[in-house]
Amino acid sequence: MIWAGVLVASTACYALKLAGVSLPERWLRDARIQRTIPLLPVALLAALIATLTFSTGHRLVLDVRAAALAVAAMAVLLRAPFLVVVASGAATAALLRLL
Amino acid sequence: MDSARRGVIRDALGIAIASGAYAISFGAISTAAGLSLLQTSALSVLMFTGASQFALVGIVGTGGSVWAGAATAALLGSRNALYGLRLSSILDRSGLKRLLAAHFVIDETTAMAIARDSAPESRFAFWATGIAVFTLWNLGTLIGALATHALPDPKVLGFDAAPPAAFLALLAPRLRAREPMAIALAAGVVALICLPFVPAGVPLLIVALLVALFGVLRRGQ
Repeated sequence: MIWAGVLVASTACYALKLAGVSLPERWLRDARIQRTIPLLPVALLAALIATLTFSTGHRLVLDVRAAALAVAAMAVLLRAPFLVVVASGAATAALLRLL
Repeated sequence: MDSARRGVIRDALGIAIASGAYAISFGAISTAAGLSLLQTSALSVLMFTGASQFALVGIVGTGGSVWAGAATAALLGSRNALYGLRLSSILDRSGLKRLLAAHFVIDETTAMAIARDSAPESRFAFWATGIAVFTLWNLGTLIGALATHALPDPKVLGFDAAPPAAFLALLAPRLRAREPMAIALAAGVVALICLPFVPAGVPLLIVALLVALFGVLRRGQ
C-alpha cells in the first residue's frame, strides 16, 4: 500500500513539473491560478505543523511537541540553518521526555 | 571555463550541500515513519521535491493513510508547475532532455536559473544546480535512512517532533506579509477543528480546498 502511494504521488509530482514546462503559457498565466497556487504551500505547511504538533490520532493534545515547536521557532527567528532547526526541535522533545 | 560559470558551479555546490543536509533529516524522518530504505530512496529519486516528500512521510508517520499523504504531496508540488512555466522558455526544446529537465524543476534550480542574464547562462545554472542537488539530495537521504535504521527507538530521540520543525523552516520564508501570515494561522486552526471528526490526513485536504476557493473567489488586485 505504501508503495502504491509513493509511486502515485511521485508520478503526480512529476506530471505537475512537466505540465509547467509543457502547457500553453496562458493556462497557468491565469491571474486566479497565479494567485492561488502560492497560497497552497503556506496553508498546507501551517496545517501540517498544527496537526503533527497538537494531535495524537483523533485527539487534540498538548505535550512536549509544543515546546519542541517553540524552540524550533526560536531557531528559525535566529536564522539557524535548516538542519539546526530540525535538530533543535527533536532534541527538545527528547530531553523533555527524559525528565 | 570562464569565471562566471565557475561562480555558478560554486553556488550550485553550496546549495546542494545545504539540501544534502536537509535530505539527511528527510531520510531519518521517513525511516522513523516506517518507510523502508527502498521506499525512502524511491521518494528522493522519483518525487524529488522536498516539501512534498516530507508531507507524505509526516502523514504516514502519524498514522494517516498513505493516500492522504500522496494527495497532500501532490498539492504541495503544484508550485513546481509555476516554476516550470517561468523556466519553459530557457529550457532545452528537444524531447528527451526536456523530459529530464522537468524532473529538476524545483525551488533551488528555479532560483539559480532566473538569476542569470542570458538564456545559455540560465540553462547552465539550471543543469549545474539540478545535477548537484539531485546527487547530494539522494546521498543525504541514504545517509539519514541508514543511520536511523540502526536506532532502536526513533521516538526516544524526538523524531516525531522533527517534521513540524522542518515544515516551520520551510514555511517561515513565505510569511513575510500579512496575508500569508493570516492564511497560515487560519489553516492551522481549521485543520485542528476538523481533526477529531474526519480520517487522518483529511484535514489537510479540507484546508487545501478552502484556500483554493479563497484564492479563486476573492477579488483580484
